[in-house]
Amino acid sequence: MTTLDSSKEIQKNNSEVNETHQDFRMFGLITFLIADGMTFAGFFAAYLTYKAVNPLPDGAIYELELPIPTLNTILLLVSSATFHKAGKALLKDKNSDSQKWLFITAFLGIIFLICQLFEYFHLPFGLTDNLFASTFYALTGFHGLHVTLGTLMILIIAWQSRINGGRLTSKNMFPLEAVELYWHFVDGIWVILFIILYLL
Amino acid sequence: MTISIDPQKTNNESLQPKGWLRYFSFSLDHKVIGIQYLVCGFLFYLIGGTLASAIRIELASPMSDFMPRDVYNQVLTLHGTIMIFLWIVPVVNGAFGNYLIPFYVGARDMAFPRLNAVAFWLIPPSGLMLVASYFVEGAAQAGWTAYPPLSITTPQSGQIIWILSVLLLGGSSIFGGINFIATIIKLRRPGLKLMQLPMYCWAMLGTSLLVVLSTPVLAGTLILLSFDIIANTGFFNPVLGGNVVVYQHLFWFYSHPAVYIMVLPAFGLVSEILPVHARKPLFGYTTMVFSIMGIVVLGLVVWAHHMFTSGTPPWMRLFFTIATAFIAVPTGIKFFNWVATLWGGKISINSAMLFSCGFIINFVFGGITGVALAQVPFDIHVHDTYFVVAHFHYIVYGGTVFIIFSSIYHWFPKVTGKMLNEKLGILHFIITFIGFNLCFAPQHWLGLNGMPRRVAEYDPQFQFVNQISSLGALLMAISTIPFLINVFLSARNGKNAGDNPWNALTPEWLTSSPPPVENWEGEAPLVEEPYGYGKEISEQK
Repeated sequence: MTTLDSSKEIQKNNSEVNETHQDFRMFGLITFLIADGMTFAGFFAAYLTYKAVNPLPDGAIYELELPIPTLNTILLLVSSATFHKAGKALLKDKNSDSQKWLFITAFLGIIFLICQLFEYFHLPFGLTDNLFASTFYALTGFHGLHVTLGTLMILIIAWQSRINGGRLTSKNMFPLEAVELYWHFVDGIWVILFIILYLL
Repeated sequence: MTISIDPQKTNNESLQPKGWLRYFSFSLDHKVIGIQYLVCGFLFYLIGGTLASAIRIELASPMSDFMPRDVYNQVLTLHGTIMIFLWIVPVVNGAFGNYLIPFYVGARDMAFPRLNAVAFWLIPPSGLMLVASYFVEGAAQAGWTAYPPLSITTPQSGQIIWILSVLLLGGSSIFGGINFIATIIKLRRPGLKLMQLPMYCWAMLGTSLLVVLSTPVLAGTLILLSFDIIANTGFFNPVLGGNVVVYQHLFWFYSHPAVYIMVLPAFGLVSEILPVHARKPLFGYTTMVFSIMGIVVLGLVVWAHHMFTSGTPPWMRLFFTIATAFIAVPTGIKFFNWVATLWGGKISINSAMLFSCGFIINFVFGGITGVALAQVPFDIHVHDTYFVVAHFHYIVYGGTVFIIFSSIYHWFPKVTGKMLNEKLGILHFIITFIGFNLCFAPQHWLGLNGMPRRVAEYDPQFQFVNQISSLGALLMAISTIPFLINVFLSARNGKNAGDNPWNALTPEWLTSSPPPVENWEGEAPLVEEPYGYGKEISEQK
């Protein structure tokens, strides 16, 4: 049973419990993700406006190499699937399976970040070269920050789903579900980012 | 999954520090957090008010003799930022929202109490940072809008601290908004329908939607601006190929809804206060709800009316003029509903009522000048003049701050169990109302005659009218004195209020004053008609 923060201490002191309400932490998380999505929406809107109204100087138009970002897209989509497997496994009380899938997901996230850094080092432009370059790094960087935080959270819940002493069980799924939703959100943002930054 | 609360031992004394010390603790009680917001906001109001007085002293003479020009710019920047981000938004949302919303939905606390406390405790450090930014070498001086290229080319250290502070305050605001949405939608007492909620809940729901949808865009914009300042990128710097108008679009996508974030909760609060002191049901409940939601939707698509002189293409001007004019419809509905609520009521002339009526009068002025400013030809004439200054002070001071005072007079007995002194309250209202109108009404004339805003010096022909305005500002500063005396005296020696001095029917008055730690002894009452005045008391549950 989870406890409402403010009532934790009260519960300890009183055994009689006769008033209940639903758990709405997921609702709060979804609201937060809508807000987070609006930050990206603002960045995307800025990028598309620049593309439409601010012509770049000669020599600042690049053909972006597609293999790495395509690989990255596949990595993230696969990692969403592996995360889903982890959730299924935990629901069936197979904690070690769940932990295995979580580590695979985190590993895919780390590979994504390494690929992203590799791409950064091999791009023909730097952060301040021109408007496109700045927007490119701002968008991918802000997304990369989300992936970094997500990977850290996955590692934390992977540790928490260990068999002896872990607090993640099929009865306490919320941490895993929350990180999973966040991870799907980050994947979805990447797909949009991939389309408008690389393909458009 | 269920969460359990024990209603039996609601007064668990050992839970938190007692007395005034709990207001300095990381308390999770929504009532404590509400008062923390209010007092913290009021302290910043005093700082912002001092800065406003400095501005009016400077403008009493045409030359910049009271302070140098760059200091004037720093002072007006700090004044605007403090008043918006540290006084009005936290108080009208955070303070009253935290105090009242759990009562109104029949809950014992907010949905996420710990997040709630975090949201509050982000405010004092970021406020101190903002004030401290004034004292560093090169304080922010680009106005509260921080338009580039001005914010990029002026000294940078202060501007960066300013950005960090506003980012933190934005985060606080978003956390608060998430909490309010979850509380109002999810934490309602069983049996309480949405259309039975007091109007302030609807106002806070609408406001929180705006906060959640628009504040992140401001955060993203300010992050890009800080890149321009620190890392020498060119997002908003035309020299490096950037585009200043993109900043304006993104900024106003937040900052126009911010006007509604500041004024919608005031609409909600006045809808609570008027029925109680007029002893009549709130007129047109359903139209009020739809008006609020209409304002939320329209409020998100009118931002470019701040940018009619920024080279906006004609189709855009046309769209934003029409959309802005449309907002007058739901706002007008609300205004007529308030007047109809008063009509034929058994009105008590007390401080809360007077401030609410003052709000209605001032807000009509501010609303009418708002519709005027939405018209492109007129806007181009008065853009960036004192007409705009007069307009938005009529909205945020004449509107929201009047309602904050009205609400303090109305809910002070709830919070402390003591009545405020009515004579001092009425004196406070008279000085504030006269001072406010004396200060800002002449500024319409100044603006129409072409006096630009945000400039320390002006044409000597405007001196007389500016001095009238400064006299009004002096009265506004003086008006704080009877208010503070009143609050301190009444909190110590005020007349005992009893649990429900106004015989109000909204749920917060159906518990003791001041309320117990978890709001209700026993189960929360089901209030199906929060505005059922003029009916038999026995019909009420």
